[in-house]
Amino acid sequence: MYAQLVETGSKRLKTLEEMSPEEREFQQKIDAETKIEAKNWMPDGYRKTLIRQISQHAHSEIVGMLPEGNWVTRAPTLKRKLQLMAKIQDEAGHGLYLYSAMETLGADRDEEVQKLHDGKAKYSSIFNYPTLNWADMGAVGWLVDGAAIVNQVVLQRTSYGPYSRAMVRICKEESFHQRQGYQILLDMMREGTQAQKDMVQDAINRLWWPALMMFGPHDDESPNSQQSMAWKIKRKSNDELRQMFIDQTVPQLEFLGCTAPDPDLKWNEERGHYDFGEIDWKEFYDVLKGNGPCNRERLATRKKAIDEGAWVREAAVAYAKKQQQRAVA
Amino acid sequence: MSEWRLYEVFVRSKHGLNHKHVGSVHAADNEMAMENARELYTRRSEGVSIWVVPSETITASAADEKEVLFDPSDDKVYRHASFYELPDEVGHM
Repeated sequence: MYAQLVETGSKRLKTLEEMSPEEREFQQKIDAETKIEAKNWMPDGYRKTLIRQISQHAHSEIVGMLPEGNWVTRAPTLKRKLQLMAKIQDEAGHGLYLYSAMETLGADRDEEVQKLHDGKAKYSSIFNYPTLNWADMGAVGWLVDGAAIVNQVVLQRTSYGPYSRAMVRICKEESFHQRQGYQILLDMMREGTQAQKDMVQDAINRLWWPALMMFGPHDDESPNSQQSMAWKIKRKSNDELRQMFIDQTVPQLEFLGCTAPDPDLKWNEERGHYDFGEIDWKEFYDVLKGNGPCNRERLATRKKAIDEGAWVREAAVAYAKKQQQRAVA
Repeated sequence: MSEWRLYEVFVRSKHGLNHKHVGSVHAADNEMAMENARELYTRRSEGVSIWVVPSETITASAADEKEVLFDPSDDKVYRHASFYELPDEVGHM
């Protein structure tokens, strides 16, 4: 999930009786699956939660370009380089769709980006891990985009119209990302040298658990989930989504001829799902707090990009003003 | 970027269809809005024509005026073809 631990400001659901008439009408619309649009009345908490979640989601797309940007100049062939650049451009696009959706709620894009740079806003923990070899590009596409798709497919039905429509657009584009990633790994496993095959297993070993962490804490450790589900911002719980992801990914892992770094991963006939081991939650919270392997580097890179691009934005404004003056004169 | 204007983007997906709202972009001027819209909303041949419109120039109906604005048309059933029943013998009309 690209948004983890989104604060809703409420630990307990209000009953219909406790709600104001406006809140009640709003909740009834949600319950009837009527989409909420920008100009509609909404509780303050709903608006704030959405701004937090959508901005976190957008920041994740933008920071998510960095681990891949690392490999543009190192891609093994021109074909792979073009594919990688197309994928990275899509991620910039996804960030922008989401910032647009967020702005419909009255949030200011510059302010939200500033919160990211000040360390006040989060982005997905996954992008704080380094991409060390070429197989990481495959594993990121397959596992990270794969996990994002599981989450985002469900979010197409989220209750806020602009967010839902951004998700529809994003989902159309994501499957290219996952397929190109898997194909990188397949090629390496089928045609690669032993050293290249080892790189694939190494990439999976490092990214497997961080990919599972993308879905956020267990449901009983996720105090904001109840309110988010009642507002239908979230449609499925963290644990449900994680299980869906594992169930669809393990057969693909086996087809590659690789293994997961989890001795407890096995099919459970009775449940009809894969069982899997416990996530290292200490690592998850550490990374979320800013202490992952790449947190500082990622933020520094984003700040540098904004700062060093300032003159371009200023020049664009100066040029626009000059053109306007000429038109008037 | 605060100095950049917000534009709403409308895309005609195919010849013969109307333009449809797809989202928004920020830009310093109209020309840049068009370029940004093309990069953002038509990377996979999603369109044959784009409109960009400064968001502040759009006048929208207010959400809480829905009843005042649209209710008057609800009780005019005679505006629909289905209101007029014709004998079967007349055939398709």
